[in-house]
Amino acid sequence: MHILRFFKLQFATSMPSKLSFFRLPISKVLNVAIFSASLFIPSLASAALDIEISGGSAQQVPIAIVPFQQAGNSADNISNIIAADLKRSGLFRVLETGGVVNKPTDMTQIKYSEWANLQAQAMAVGTVEVLPNNRLKVTFQLADVLKQTQLTGMQYTIAPNQLRTTAHKIADVIYQKLTGESGIFASRIAYITKVNERYMLKVADADGANPLTMVSSKEPIISPAWSPEGNKIAYVSFEKKKPIIYVQSLSGQRTVLAGFKGNNSAPAWSPDGSKLAIVLTYGANSQVYTINADGSGLSRVTKGNAIDTEPTWSSDGKWIYFTSDRGGRPQIYKVSANGGDPQRVTFEGAYNVSPRFSPDGKSLAMIRNEGGKFRVALQDLATGQVQLLSDGSQDESPSFAPNGRVILYATRSGGHGALAAVSADGRVKQKLNESGGDIREPAWGPLIK
Amino acid sequence: MNKSTWNTKLLSTLVLALVLSACKSTPMNTKPVAVEDKSPGQTTTSTADTGADTSGIKEVAIDGNAMDSDKALKDPNNILSKRNVYFDFDSDAVKAEFRPLLEAHAKYLLAHTSAKVILQGNTDERGTREYNLSLGQRRSVAVKNSLNLLGVQDAQIETVSFGEEKATEGCADEVCSKQNRRVDVVYENE
Repeated sequence: MHILRFFKLQFATSMPSKLSFFRLPISKVLNVAIFSASLFIPSLASAALDIEISGGSAQQVPIAIVPFQQAGNSADNISNIIAADLKRSGLFRVLETGGVVNKPTDMTQIKYSEWANLQAQAMAVGTVEVLPNNRLKVTFQLADVLKQTQLTGMQYTIAPNQLRTTAHKIADVIYQKLTGESGIFASRIAYITKVNERYMLKVADADGANPLTMVSSKEPIISPAWSPEGNKIAYVSFEKKKPIIYVQSLSGQRTVLAGFKGNNSAPAWSPDGSKLAIVLTYGANSQVYTINADGSGLSRVTKGNAIDTEPTWSSDGKWIYFTSDRGGRPQIYKVSANGGDPQRVTFEGAYNVSPRFSPDGKSLAMIRNEGGKFRVALQDLATGQVQLLSDGSQDESPSFAPNGRVILYATRSGGHGALAAVSADGRVKQKLNESGGDIREPAWGPLIK
Repeated sequence: MNKSTWNTKLLSTLVLALVLSACKSTPMNTKPVAVEDKSPGQTTTSTADTGADTSGIKEVAIDGNAMDSDKALKDPNNILSKRNVYFDFDSDAVKAEFRPLLEAHAKYLLAHTSAKVILQGNTDERGTREYNLSLGQRRSVAVKNSLNLLGVQDAQIETVSFGEEKATEGCADEVCSKQNRRVDVVYENE
């Protein structure tokens, strides 16, 4: 099994306005690891906690994750996974609890003065019990140490193999409660690997753990796209010696979405999941179409002789943004999802491709070629301002984290394809590799409710 | 006919299974242990195909098979065995040097009306994958237009693109990059 390896991440973040609990500074620069395999978490932790502050008296929320009383024989330690997630977010300072003698496992046992002495502002306690049917009962509570009150509590009855994902869910609950923002720890990423001339579509946890292969083929696979519900992935496979679009559920059901004459590529789900924008050629150049998710209702959207490709939907589903060379060089245009006359969106630079909407619909990530270097850029749709975010030379496939804080993309590192992430303000970057091969075409999945 | 087959393999290791979306949230505000029940559904083999994946991920393996083909097409002494049309950088113009090659294939297709040819466009690896797929298609369409002019009907031609997917990676010079900017002429079933 291949392991996503953590390299280095520096990560800038601006704080959410909706702070319900702790006052956090408006702007700060943090070292954050978004991905790591569990094996690397211990060494990662120290690196992730180096904080570089720019402007204001930035501070992380000091939190104690008291080791859960964990029964059963799972290799996953739930407290460690929760702590690692919170550390990687960069918004928390996870305190060392080894020196505290009393380790409470529920609210009633907490001696607040001990935790106040540790400087903890919040603390999590919990248990994992084995039920008679071999399922696990996970209970956790989050306490405000200063007010000595409970902030939230959850109980989960799960199969033993769900422990790791439950830890991510708990980390998301803590993150959401203390920052007011959605956490992304329980989300997943899809990507393509090429190892020993074999292509694989894989899905892993957002921390890079649990990489599982969905499809394996001798021929290329490109352009994975998550359905909005996160239960299916559309992708392009060349297994029939030409690009054909497939939709595959995570449980393994696989159907051809589009296998028309010529190329079938660049699938993009509409926000409501009812349709996909796709690119077909028949006997001519690439053109954008829409098709129902069940493969019916094919409808042509762009009509011309130029290349129109890489469609993506606006967050409200009304527009399709796409790449076109109708003006000579490739630029991004938008067209009503029902068709009509396209309007040009990008004017700066000679090569702008691969548009991707931010989750809040306010900005557009893209790939820009400047001076022969292909980089991730972000355009503010209200002002038109563009910021270059990445510093590679062959960066492509930008994909937003579902909370919009981070953009995952493909890059080259040491002669191989690698994944990288950049904060939406461009100040901080991370690379990750898969040992022994190429990794490319990342797609960050939706939040799991 | 195309014998491409896929075998479906079950990956029995279920690691990711969790159906938190399907569960009921039951706030339990009884002090002191106030918890909210976010347990997943009681079955791990739910067939409901909505929400997050329920039972892990199953792998699909794919392998293709080559087919028999007309011997003339493979005879190294026959121009029909020549299948590569190369292009200049950022260009989809079919160069004059490839006219004999295309004339030979046009003649073959006109004589074998049941034969079908697939024109596979390719690019070098600079640029994004999907845009390169479209650029490769532009080249395959250019070769199709040449065959059309030589009398071959569209029904015998399919234009497709591999974009940069078949490109030699890490090309350091023009000799290498030029090899990637090409259209391959492939007969159906070979």
